[in-house]
Amino acid sequence: MSAVKVFVPRDASARAVGADATAQALVAESRRRGVEIELVRNGSRGLFWLEPLVEVESAGRRYAYGPVPAVAVGGLFDAGFTDATRPAARQHPLAQGVTEEIPYLKRQERLTFARVGITDPVSLADYLAHGGYRGLRAALALAPAQIVESVTASGLRGRGGAAFPAGIKWKTVLGAPAGQKYVVCNADEGDSGTFSDRMIMEGDPFVLIEGMTIAALATGADRGYIYLRWEYPDAKRALDEAIRSAYEAHYLGENLLGSGRRFDLEVRIGAGAYICGEETSLLESLEGKRGQIRFKPPVPAIVGLFGQPTVVNNVITFASVPIILDRGAAFYQHFGMGRSRGTLPLQLAGNVKRGGLVEVAFGMTLRELLYEYGGGSLSGRPIRAVQVGGPLGAYHPQSQFDTPLDYEAFADIKGMLGHGGVVVFDDTVDMAAQARYAMEFCAIESCGKCTPCRIGSTRGVEVIDRLVAGENAAGQEELLRDLCETMTYGSLCALGGLTPYPVLSALNHFPEDFVKVDSSRASA
Amino acid sequence: MPGALLPVLHAVQAVLGYVPPDAVGLIARELNLSRAEVHGVVSFYHYFRTHRPGRHVVHLCRAEACQALGAQALEAHAKRSLAIDFHATTADGALTLEPVYCLGNCALGPSLMIDEQLQGRVTPERFDELMAPLQAEAQ
Repeated sequence: MSAVKVFVPRDASARAVGADATAQALVAESRRRGVEIELVRNGSRGLFWLEPLVEVESAGRRYAYGPVPAVAVGGLFDAGFTDATRPAARQHPLAQGVTEEIPYLKRQERLTFARVGITDPVSLADYLAHGGYRGLRAALALAPAQIVESVTASGLRGRGGAAFPAGIKWKTVLGAPAGQKYVVCNADEGDSGTFSDRMIMEGDPFVLIEGMTIAALATGADRGYIYLRWEYPDAKRALDEAIRSAYEAHYLGENLLGSGRRFDLEVRIGAGAYICGEETSLLESLEGKRGQIRFKPPVPAIVGLFGQPTVVNNVITFASVPIILDRGAAFYQHFGMGRSRGTLPLQLAGNVKRGGLVEVAFGMTLRELLYEYGGGSLSGRPIRAVQVGGPLGAYHPQSQFDTPLDYEAFADIKGMLGHGGVVVFDDTVDMAAQARYAMEFCAIESCGKCTPCRIGSTRGVEVIDRLVAGENAAGQEELLRDLCETMTYGSLCALGGLTPYPVLSALNHFPEDFVKVDSSRASA
Repeated sequence: MPGALLPVLHAVQAVLGYVPPDAVGLIARELNLSRAEVHGVVSFYHYFRTHRPGRHVVHLCRAEACQALGAQALEAHAKRSLAIDFHATTADGALTLEPVYCLGNCALGPSLMIDEQLQGRVTPERFDELMAPLQAEAQ
């Protein structure tokens, strides 16, 4: 009998709760018992409450067990888990059944994440066997303008947060006359509550490389950079391995697949500055400078990296391109609602029972995500507030939970979907403290270019402190609202411009938290 | 190599643990930059430090997803049990404590990173378990 395939993720989140120890225990125990296994370190399925998630391939299907700490490995062997169809294995308390039938996964529409958790992320052979590089092959048969047209027709909008139509950006770069153009991937995923970029880079790095290569063909660029935050060392390792394999097999470098086209790609590491997720700061940083934002216009598509026309897109945007070229714009465009086309990989985080990655077509309500996927709060207490769209996103109360997850629908309630992060708080949250933190974060991360952001954020912390202390509360609230208006209209980028979102949403929806309470009464 | 300054600073910090102020002049000269430009970059980015750190660097997440699961209490515990504030090193030279704003482990917080190893679901008790062997290491 040939070796049984056993999968344990190499994803950083899975490793953070012991996946390496579980993998080692599986190998040691299999040797001790003389059971032949082939261990594959896959990406994560994104069902993080089940990590470390161990999967076994039996009779052509994959069966899941989780969460499996190293100490539970002996028990799995006792139950004969390597033949997951056996009754003893099926009845094991950690058995989750056929992985794809787990409701959390079964109900999703995974397009961008189609391979994540399934393949060996750094195996080019595995990537090709699962439909990889079909998009690039399709692109190589098209003229640049046809590739751009396909991306435009798909309705794909930038998944980094700003939701700008990717096709229009690419068309601008294509039309810009220049000897040198660049493709830059924004992998500076700094929003709290988001990890979809990380999961792609660790779980299917080739799809990002393929997407960037298609962007290069579409726009006439021959050099690319992935600007990756230092906080993601596992992603760096996976990307470096995948890039090396891609070069060896001529999917990167000169004469791509014999086409005569060239594309070189390298990873550059950031240094802990949230602002470098803003595209012009990112370009400054890539040029070796302080990450201070630039005035726009000119947009980076005209004057970008080293002054040349540059495509700057987020990881998920690029990773969504191969399937559009492979399956056609109409296939992708068919998903979604209104002007939000395709799928959005949502990330369910914070105080939630079943946190993880949920890729679905736009349009599902926030409530469905929180309760049907998330299962409510981890603490078991009522959910009181949900921050959508990262640290610059609004805090939403229960009354807004029926809003569909769609760019325009969230804009209508003074919120934003951003990069798709959803952070859940239970009823122990102090919303005045969250508002104060938003100002504090802005003060720490401001690049310093605009005064309302640089100074206003510090003044904002002080005003909130006085407001909560009850010193002329009405006057402080007026001052805070005035300050937020100044920041909104007087800042060049989203950091200063959107910090008022979490602050004002906390103040508007949860005013009771900003009222000074008698300390003797509060503790009673 | 175009835009070489950040890669150079990363390489220096990877070997020495920090970017010594003495190195600024040399880096500036080699990259044809002014000392002010190099200093400006070193001081802009939170990751670069100009003092020698402890044997291990612990980055503790302060961001919202971890806050929702008790990151503030963990932060208070960490500072109390190590008897240091952020950006400081324990007296025995074992650990440097730094804040970080999101480690991308938001479904399994609270999170921290020891050197390059991410840890999730870190309770105060788990924090002590993780720190004990690092502090007990031979100096």
